[in-house]
Amino acid sequence: MSSSGRIQVARAVLSKDLQIERRSKVLTSQIIPFAVVTLVLFAFALDGDAILQRTAPGLVWLAMLFSSMIIVQRSFAVETSDGALDALRVAGADMSAVFWGKWLALVIQLLVLELVLLAGAIVMFGIELRASGVVLLVTSSISATCGLSAVSTIYAGLASGVRGRESLLPLLVLPVASPVLIGATRAAEAAFGTGGTVVSEGWPWVGVLSVFAVVFSFGGSLAFGPLIDD
Amino acid sequence: MEPHFHTSGSPAVELRDAVALMSDFPALAGLDLTVERGEIVMLTGANGAGKTTLLRVCAGLTPITRGYGHVMGADVVSERDAVRQRVGMVAHSNGLYDELTVRENLEFWGALIGAGDDELHQAMSIMGLDGRLATVPVRGLSAGQRRRTAFAILVVRRAGLWLLDEPHAGLDSGARDEVDDILRQASAAGATVMLSSHELDRVEQLATRRVHLAGGVVVGDGR
Repeated sequence: MSSSGRIQVARAVLSKDLQIERRSKVLTSQIIPFAVVTLVLFAFALDGDAILQRTAPGLVWLAMLFSSMIIVQRSFAVETSDGALDALRVAGADMSAVFWGKWLALVIQLLVLELVLLAGAIVMFGIELRASGVVLLVTSSISATCGLSAVSTIYAGLASGVRGRESLLPLLVLPVASPVLIGATRAAEAAFGTGGTVVSEGWPWVGVLSVFAVVFSFGGSLAFGPLIDD
Repeated sequence: MEPHFHTSGSPAVELRDAVALMSDFPALAGLDLTVERGEIVMLTGANGAGKTTLLRVCAGLTPITRGYGHVMGADVVSERDAVRQRVGMVAHSNGLYDELTVRENLEFWGALIGAGDDELHQAMSIMGLDGRLATVPVRGLSAGQRRRTAFAILVVRRAGLWLLDEPHAGLDSGARDEVDDILRQASAAGATVMLSSHELDRVEQLATRRVHLAGGVVVGDGR
């Protein structure tokens, strides 16, 4: 398939996934409330401003990781409920293009979720975001989201044809996504200045997150078709 | 306006000595079959006779491990992607997105292959899905309407060979009649249809040819 054909397929999948989300409103009516409630429960469990401010980056990314599992499950549930993913495969659609379309739709939804979680953490935990940390925070969040989306899309595709996929997916994704959790948390700590860290300490973690994102995104686009076929 | 299907001068299906394995078991065991364009071929046989495997081989989903074959002019071993693009398969599921309307489902498939609005309208019109039905989310459709939407996707995709595994399953009598009418129309427009069904009396009236399988080979072939 030509590259323009691949872009056409990826765009169609992206726009279909976002259209389904706009129609069902699962992100806004279920997942964002769940993520915010998780943050509030963290605040109750770790009562005390000092502890919360020190642990806020990790708490935000933990809430993000757990909530992302629901988005990913949902993203593939619409594909498997009536055999649509199989139909795409049967029709000879370029599965790497399908991967990119689903990946980008996931990136967009996760970025919205992150925005809400970060804003919630800043308000609830009383974090002060330094101007010099904003660029680091945005860059690290985008890199981490790209990596997380790639890993999630690969494993959700792999698990899509398996019985018990709802419980299998977190077991597959969470261990592999742990570098994202570590890197994004360290970068956010540097952006927030948690524990006396400075912004420059966060940039090496952005490098780690970027390498992770590139490897899993391009690796995923190559592996997605054969994984689905098998 | 007639729908345009992928067609070729060669037979729609030509398999010689085809062997295909399902979990190491030879579900096709040296099968020979030729299907000409425009035929409606009914596949019969007991469970495990190889009907579904044959449909999957023709769809480019299951590889053959011995023998050779062409489907819609493409080699089933070396050109499986080309095979997949020229055929359409509807099995027990319809491959639809419940949250999207009939029109949006077709628009999605249209966007995948670059089909224009005219082709989408034509497909909806042929399947009786235009008007109010086009704007109904698929989750609100009856089983027959869902099946018609799946067939409309085959029209949008210009699939020249329709592979249908139990197309009447789960449908009431009226919807089964609709399916038969649609398949006759598709055949008249140039599409080739291969279907397996347990509705023998019904399908015998519909089919132009009956192929009986047993043990992964053709044991009966009649018109």
